[in-house]
Parts: sequence; structure tokens; C-alpha cells
Amino acid sequence: MRWSNPRPFGTPEFRRQSRRRLVAAGGFVVAILLASALLVYSAPEEKRITIYSNAANYSLPVLERNGDEYVGLLEVFEPLGPVSARTNGPHWKFRYYELESEFVAGKTRARIRNSDYDLPSNFLLENGRGLVPLSCLGTLMPRILGGPVTFNQNSRRLFVGNVAVHFTAQVSKTTPPKLVMNFTAPVNPTIATSPGELRMAFNHEAIVAPGSQALTFDSKIIPSASFQENNGAADVVVAATVPLMASFTNNGRTIIIEPVPQAVAPTQAPPPVPRPPTNAGTPAAASGTTTPGIRHYFAVIDPSHGGDERGASLTDQLAEKDVTLALARRLRQELETRGLATLLLRDSDATLSLDQRASLTNSAHPAIYICLHAASQGKGIRVYTALVPAEVENRGPFLSWDAAQAAFQLTSRSAEVNLVKDLQDKQIPARALIAALRPLNNISTTAIAVEVAPPSDDVTQLNSPAYQQLIASAVAAGVASFHDRLETGR
Amino acid sequence: MIPRHLLIGIVILLAATLGMSVYVWRIRSRVHRTEVSASNTQPVAPPVTGATERVTLYVAYDDAGVLRPQPVHIQLPSGRQERAAEILRALLTLYLDKSSPHPLAAGSEIRDLYLVDPGLAVIDLNAAFADNHRSGVLVEELTVVSLIQTLTANIAGITRIKILVEGSERDTLAGHADLSNFYDVPALTQAVAQLQNAQ
Repeated sequence: MRWSNPRPFGTPEFRRQSRRRLVAAGGFVVAILLASALLVYSAPEEKRITIYSNAANYSLPVLERNGDEYVGLLEVFEPLGPVSARTNGPHWKFRYYELESEFVAGKTRARIRNSDYDLPSNFLLENGRGLVPLSCLGTLMPRILGGPVTFNQNSRRLFVGNVAVHFTAQVSKTTPPKLVMNFTAPVNPTIATSPGELRMAFNHEAIVAPGSQALTFDSKIIPSASFQENNGAADVVVAATVPLMASFTNNGRTIIIEPVPQAVAPTQAPPPVPRPPTNAGTPAAASGTTTPGIRHYFAVIDPSHGGDERGASLTDQLAEKDVTLALARRLRQELETRGLATLLLRDSDATLSLDQRASLTNSAHPAIYICLHAASQGKGIRVYTALVPAEVENRGPFLSWDAAQAAFQLTSRSAEVNLVKDLQDKQIPARALIAALRPLNNISTTAIAVEVAPPSDDVTQLNSPAYQQLIASAVAAGVASFHDRLETGR
Repeated sequence: MIPRHLLIGIVILLAATLGMSVYVWRIRSRVHRTEVSASNTQPVAPPVTGATERVTLYVAYDDAGVLRPQPVHIQLPSGRQERAAEILRALLTLYLDKSSPHPLAAGSEIRDLYLVDPGLAVIDLNAAFADNHRSGVLVEELTVVSLIQTLTANIAGITRIKILVEGSERDTLAGHADLSNFYDVPALTQAVAQLQNAQ
């Protein structure tokens, strides 16, 4: 072998050409590596379909087969009622309640309610699992269910019966303006803010677009909002020229979106408020939270966990963060009906750090802080106060962040004992305990944590409205009976 | 005849391929080692030699949500730090038993225990202990207080306790019990008394 165009080594021409080739080869390798990295990191989002019904709202994976989208038929119907399937060679018999249907692997023809039905693509059978083309659900499901179904195939959202949640949105003429959104059923979206917008992701609610997907308002601060739906979820994006915050009222049926209030110059110097030792900053403007303003709150309720932090998994479907939020809303209602102004630290599925919770509470100067937890172990209610170190390093008016609770331990213990006695008088099993449970020790007022366990071995009772109402009412009555002492200890 | 630039390109690509293969092989070995250590639930402590002594374990009972003292006889080494570690391992053996009144996840272990004068004890749990612990205020508190009370009741002079997980600080055990601060043993007295009273 010899070089096709030999040139003498060491000449300037040879060196120039070598350098050019080296650069070209290096570029080629970098391009290959970049392409590989892109392939690895740009994995497509998993396709899902969400089904909304009176029985349950649920989401299922969508499978790609032969260029078409498929979904498991058994999984589609399982949450709606009793189902079973039997495989006999290529035949797959599906039973929903008393109704039998028969599908054949590799064929489009099926028998439903003793009449023929043609699928748009072949029925597939994979390890006993029957797959039907996604596009047929809009016609197949009404035949099996015997009722109407609305299927938006582009966004992969399917509504069984009349379950759609509608909403209206209008901006008030107040200063600053507020966007008031009224829903026909309670909602609990995940809220995120970024410069110029507030996004509400409705992953479990059957909300549908109002008349138009784009809404415009006669406001320079909140000029528009848009409804978007994709991959089994719906989003409402509110555009704004200032940072926004959202709060919930009317048991989750109304969302009020308004500009984050600017700091108000106090008329009187407030007592020093302990802050976390880190640079976490004041999270008063955290999305989904209510910012303490100049209103005086009697109680601050902290539904523990939230957002990415689910807390305990009480059952496969039930997370602690959802139970604490539902309980907190009921407790707020109960306290406010007793004339006690109450602030909820989070009124949506928002993530708040422990330091943020403590800072918000200390800034609001309430008479009592109540942190709510839920657990599957044991029965009844457990009320906790903070475990504070025996030797506290408070210096004058400046409280140590980790022992800010030290000065309030006596009233916290009194409130705890009083509440436990009140609950026991109402025949609710209750117990007073001390625990190293943050942020109790960072709170500079009377502070207790309430851990709610189910009334029986059935953990799902934690989600029962009747049980939650019983607990909320009993806790509110216990706290209200201690109201005078709490106000004087403020 | 192969052009020279093509040859150079091929050589560079081969070198890059070789380099990436070596890198992938090393990552694969590292993952394998991690998986083996995570799935290995066998005790790693050496067999204990020493006299059999009576110690008191403070055992958590989930059904009543209480802590009960339970005297046991175990072989203890002579060193103070080794004795402390051995006592906590005896408590964990009880919790990992099938009939445990307060079950811990399989593979839960005390990695190390350090006694640092004056009066500080550092308990280092393994990842399986914390990652797979049941979540809840009471269930986590029972675990933490059980460890601390068992240690302080049998080893004199401990006034503060710090709990680490895999040698690092962690915010909570499983979402509730605070591990970010030191446990002050005198301050814990009332909490222990409350946990010993069944309702």
C-alpha cells in the first residue's frame, strides 16, 4: 500500500494539510458524540390517556404498535366496574358486568352485544392482554357501557358521561385587579409560576375549555389566559406583567389569582421574627400560598408536605399531602365559622420547605400554629409539641432558629393538653406527645402538630369526608375553647 | 488505496470507541458493586467475644404506640464504643425478626457508632434503614427514641446524640422525625416518659 498523493514529511504544506484533516476528524467525532447524547437525552415523553368518570379519574399508558396507538381494554374498564377476560387461542373474551364481547387477535371484526363491530386496526393479543386501537374508544366504549362518551383524541382525554368541569374567568375592576375563576366542581391543580405567567396543571380534573381556548381581559396587569390540553392533561396559563399568586376559596371551587402584594411599611416596629440561618429568603410569594398581609390571624394551619413531597403513602392512591390539605380546608372553615381568622400556608398542591413554613408563620404573628399530619398506623389523634434542646442559646430579643419555640413551650403544652382532653371528652382517642418534628421548634408562637390516624383498620377512612369533618370540628372546638389564653399569650 | 485523511479519521474514531468502551465498562462495574452492597443484607460485624451481660432494650410496640423496657442477656465486648454498637445491633435484631412488634425494613443496619467525648454519640444508619422506613410522626419517633433510650440507658455519660445516614446528615428519617439537629438527652426525658404510657 502507498499514499495516493504522497508529500514529503515536515514541509509547511504537509503540516497545514495534516492540521486541517485533524480538525475535520475531531469535529466529526464531536458531532457523533453530540448526536449520541441528543439521542439519549431526548427520549420522548410517555404517551398517556386520561379517563374521567363518576367512578374514578385515571390515566393509562398508550402503546405504539405497527405505527398505531393502542391501549389495554381491560385497564380501560377496570376502574369502571367488574371486568374479566379469557383467552382461548386467538380469541379473547371480555366481560364487563354481564356483557360479553369477543375479539380475535390479528382481526378487525369483533362481536359486542351480539352484533358486529369493526375496529379501525387489528386487535392485538400480548401475553393474554387485549389491546385495541386508541382511536376506536369513542365508539367502542358507548357500545359496552351503554352510555355517552366524549373522546378528544388529540389531547387523549376521554369523558364518560356528564363529568366535565366547566369554568368561568373574569378580572375584577379592583386595584390591584384579581382574576376570579369559578369551577363547577372542586379543583386542586398543581401551580407553577415563571416570569410573565402562572400555570395551573389540572392532572386529575375533567376541566374543559370555556367557549374559546384563549381568553382576553380588559386589564394591563392580567391581559390574557389560555386553556391548553395535551397528553391526557389540561393546563390553564395566565399571562401577567407582574408576579402572581393564587389562593383557593369556596371549598376549592374558586381560584383567585392576584398580584403578589408588595411589602407594606409597618406603622409600628414588629417584634423580631426568627429567620432560618440559610439564605432561603422569605417565601411569602411562593406560588399556591397565601401571603400574610396586615390582617391579624388567630391561627395558621399548615397542611404538611405538598407538591413533590408526598409525605406518607397511606394507600397506593392516597398520599398524606392530599389528606392534610383536605383536613386543613375543613379546619379553616370550622375556625372561621367560630369567628377566628385563619391562614392556610398552602391551599393547593404546592411545595414549601420547612423553613418557608416557619418564616411565613412567624411573619403572620398568629396566636397558634397548627401543623397537620396523617398516618396509617394506630387509631385516633396524636397531638405533638416540639422537642426543644434543654440549653437554649437565645440572646436577648434574638431567638435561636432551632429553639425559637423554647419561650412558648408552656403555652404550647397547655394547648396540647387542653385539646387532647377536649377530644377525649368527645370520645375521640387522643394522646399528647413530644416529638422532634420540624418546623415546630422554629415557630415563635404557640405551636402544635396534629397527626390524624384512621378510626379503624380501614386506612381509606382518612379520606372520608365524614371522618375529616368530625376531626376538623373537634379540633376547632378544642382550639376555640382555649382562645382567650392563646390571645393573651400572643 | 485509502486516502490518508480517511485513515486518520478511522483511527480517531477507533480510539474514541475504545475510550468510551473502557468508560462504560468502569461505570458498569461501579453500578454492579453498588447493587451488590445494597442487596446484601448479611451482617458484616465480626462475631462478638466477651462475657454475657444483662442490658435493657427499649422496644417500640406499634399496636399500642409505646416503648417498653425489655431486659436481655447478650455477649458484650470490653470496649465502650463496641459495647454501644453491639447493644444497638441487639435491638435491631429484635426489630428485624419476623414477629417484630415494630418491623424495620430488611437490610436495616447500624453502620457505625462513635462515642466522642464529652458526651456525644453519633449513630450512623445505613441507607436501607432510612430509605425503607415507614413514614409517620409516631412510627418514626418510636424508632429514634428507641435507639436513643436503649443507648443512653446502657452506656453512661451520653448527653447528645446525632443520627447520620450513610455517613451524611439527613433532614428526616422518613419525612417526619428530625435528623438535622442533635438530640439533647435531658430534653428527651419527658418524651420517653410519654411514650412509655399507653393510652
